[in-house]
Amino acid sequence: MFGYEFYIDTTRCIGCQSCMKACEECETHRGVSMINFDYIDRPNTIATAAFVCMHCADPTCAQVCPADAIKVGEDGVVQSALKPRCIACSNCVLACPFGIPKLVPERELMMKCDMCYDRTSIGKRPMCATVCPSQALAYVRPEEIAATRREKPSNVFRFGNQQVTTKVFMMTPNAEEIRLDVVDYMWEGEAVEVFQ
Amino acid sequence: MAKLPAPLPQLIDIYGPHPQRTPPHGWQDESRNPAEKLVKTHCCFCGQQCGIQLKVRDNQVIGFEPWEEFPFNQGKLCPKGVKRYLQSNHPDRLLDPLMRTDGGFRKTNWNEALDFTANRLREIQARYGKDSVAVFGGASLITEKAYLLGKFARVALGTRHIDYNGRLCMVSAGTGYKLAFNVDRSPIPWSDIAAANVVFVIGANIGECAPITTDYIWRARDHGAKLIVADPRMTPITRNADLYLPLRPGTDLVLLMSMLHVILREGLEDRGFIDAHTTGFGAVAESVKPYDPRTAADRTGVPPEAIEKAARLFATSERTVALHARGIEHQSKGVENVLALINLALATGNIGREGAGVAMITGQGNGQGGREHGQKCDQLPGARSINDPAARAHVAKVWGIQPDEIPQAGYSAQEIMNAIHAGEIKALLSTCFNPLVSLPQAEFTREALSKLEFFGVIDFFMSETAEHADVVLPGSLQEEEEGVTANVEGRVIHIQKAVDPPGNARGDSEIICDLARRLGKEKYFPYRTTREIFDELREASRGGISDYYGITYERIDREYGVAWPCPSADHPGTPRLFEGGVSMFPDGKCRFNVTEWRESGDPVSTDFPVYLTTGRVVSQYLSGTQTRRIGGLVDIYPEPRLELHPRLAAQHGIADKDWVTITSRRDEITLRAMVVKTIRPDTVFIPYHWANEQSANKLTHRTLDPRSKIPEFKVSACRIRKAEGAPR
Repeated sequence: MFGYEFYIDTTRCIGCQSCMKACEECETHRGVSMINFDYIDRPNTIATAAFVCMHCADPTCAQVCPADAIKVGEDGVVQSALKPRCIACSNCVLACPFGIPKLVPERELMMKCDMCYDRTSIGKRPMCATVCPSQALAYVRPEEIAATRREKPSNVFRFGNQQVTTKVFMMTPNAEEIRLDVVDYMWEGEAVEVFQ
Repeated sequence: MAKLPAPLPQLIDIYGPHPQRTPPHGWQDESRNPAEKLVKTHCCFCGQQCGIQLKVRDNQVIGFEPWEEFPFNQGKLCPKGVKRYLQSNHPDRLLDPLMRTDGGFRKTNWNEALDFTANRLREIQARYGKDSVAVFGGASLITEKAYLLGKFARVALGTRHIDYNGRLCMVSAGTGYKLAFNVDRSPIPWSDIAAANVVFVIGANIGECAPITTDYIWRARDHGAKLIVADPRMTPITRNADLYLPLRPGTDLVLLMSMLHVILREGLEDRGFIDAHTTGFGAVAESVKPYDPRTAADRTGVPPEAIEKAARLFATSERTVALHARGIEHQSKGVENVLALINLALATGNIGREGAGVAMITGQGNGQGGREHGQKCDQLPGARSINDPAARAHVAKVWGIQPDEIPQAGYSAQEIMNAIHAGEIKALLSTCFNPLVSLPQAEFTREALSKLEFFGVIDFFMSETAEHADVVLPGSLQEEEEGVTANVEGRVIHIQKAVDPPGNARGDSEIICDLARRLGKEKYFPYRTTREIFDELREASRGGISDYYGITYERIDREYGVAWPCPSADHPGTPRLFEGGVSMFPDGKCRFNVTEWRESGDPVSTDFPVYLTTGRVVSQYLSGTQTRRIGGLVDIYPEPRLELHPRLAAQHGIADKDWVTITSRRDEITLRAMVVKTIRPDTVFIPYHWANEQSANKLTHRTLDPRSKIPEFKVSACRIRKAEGAPR
């Protein structure tokens, strides 16, 4: 849908799993949920998190695919593996920095979220974000997110030396870019650029 | 004659619950064909009554599509709503009337089943008197059916004993609101939650029991509102609470009275509002004097500083919304708890304006509408009191009978079961109610059922209670008859008929009318459609508290629902009650009510030192008759677990997933442990959706609130021990 973006705010998640159940209803993978859902640490907390594919601009899954089975559409959606090409080698499952793709052994196929291609291509919102009762998963216009949320959307992630830009946004408390490496905060003299 | 007609495993084998995981015709092939029509209607489950579009083909509901235009939920659905359609074409669906035999049930035709039912009811009434027959209804029924059932009991049977499973849901709240405001309805539109600066949630597991409401609370937080949550467990919404009050089960009243104590001590009350719009403040102010936060801390287990902080946030915010549900209401002082919360709202002037108010979160699908029009033992249509001569005269006129022909108030649901057990009530006709799972002390209920001389059930699945019946009449799912419900906001909405009942199943309203005919009362039940029932209901409610006279199916469709009271066609409806601080009492004043502490009916002791509290999980609904048959929901939470804190677990050598026997003063059950730090160490929790050996309600007790007659599900005493292994 033109002008709409996908936002994930795990702090809104109430663990109801409505997204998983609704995902099963999608036309392209009926009966199989593509949502990655976790109880973070149930003995200690009620916190839960639901994720869809982040749809990277330069997807690692596609980079490592020996069969060239993972395609990126013009709309930036990283498609689920193509059935005739996928050799079920699990390279993508191991390589994805977000842990999204799943190997479905009975289909000998990697399957993952394709952002409800069947729905978004005809002007409908993705099933999970439509039903999500807490709007932890939201598919709305950027103006609406900017106007209503305290958290800021971010779509640049760093995994070690790898920087990944994604189509899907994560809501973050206030940072423009989240820095986890101590080096990013250090003073190393004027000659060295502080954050790169 | 109501013992099981066959061994339980045999009945389960035939009638379920069998979890259905795939849509009609499976996930592939046939079921991928497009729908013939999309029916805009509402979810059949909880009181949120989310808008949903059902996909229909070949007289079957084959899937759903979100209904984003419906303003309350804007397409959002919890997993129950997503999977509700899997009840269609379900292998357990009852398709023929069933008569009990020596070895189970046999299928029969409608004539035999209805003749037998009517004859038995007549014989028993002739022998033991009119009131020897009781009727049970349910709050999942559309309002037309609820109205019809009330009229059926009073006009066709002439018994005073009709009550419904909403007795286990909204009656403490309803009693409290009637005492304070003279009306039983949540006074606010849900948009007021999102507009609040402080949201105070007490005894309400919103994330699991009213999931859509979460978004309203998160939207309040988005603009900076503070969230306070009071609960013995950290429920999902607690993850974003600014203040969490982990109170001991059954001590809500102390917490609330102490908060008022702090507000008055610090002069934070709204004197202007109190003087202009209320009565009874002085006595309430006096009553909270002993409840200083230090004393309250010892009773509630909540730190005094936290009580003070909660009181200050509540009172100093410009707009506070207080939300409550069964946590405070399922107590033998449920009405007091509700009144104490209303007292807080009144003392701080948080009534009748945008973003401010107190609201009950209705639990059952038609929990609101189902209690307004006559299946409650003490009420006539329009939420009129059955004791009020003017109300009796009005309704008698609409019904075409004499006022003195309307029986007086009867017993409430648990009292009916008690009277069956005592042999006073001999026959029961029950629809949409599974008391063997949902009433406290399940073995008492089972004994009572075994004493019935006649037990008839109208239902679409064989519930655990229906297994004890003499006759089971296959009725209809929500999507099989047209009508209305009222959602959590008091918004009357339109339930569309999407499909016909399958096989020989019939609409509940047709079944009830057919029974009335066989009882010789056909002239009072001439309806051909549920619309005709609704039109009579509008007339019967006219001039009453919940006045539907100005509401029509067409208006509802045009306006996405109409909030009652709506006395005329040109009246806009009443989304927010008490605007300007004006209650529905003749003098317009809101009433403070003095509340008094009482001990629970099942107090903890040295023998039973642990608090037991019960509740729901997000994937199951009430007694599970429907949701235990939907595979996708069963998979989320397949069996009841005992939630307990690692500190308590360690005392008993219990590890996560160990089998644990829980013993109360009534009974014992054995469940797997779920060891989590998200519950008080002196309390255990069990969800109550399951039956027989997994039934939390085997353990609970029959103490009732003296006014609302709600059982005290939220506070029992128990002890626990590690079990050798799985039960038998």
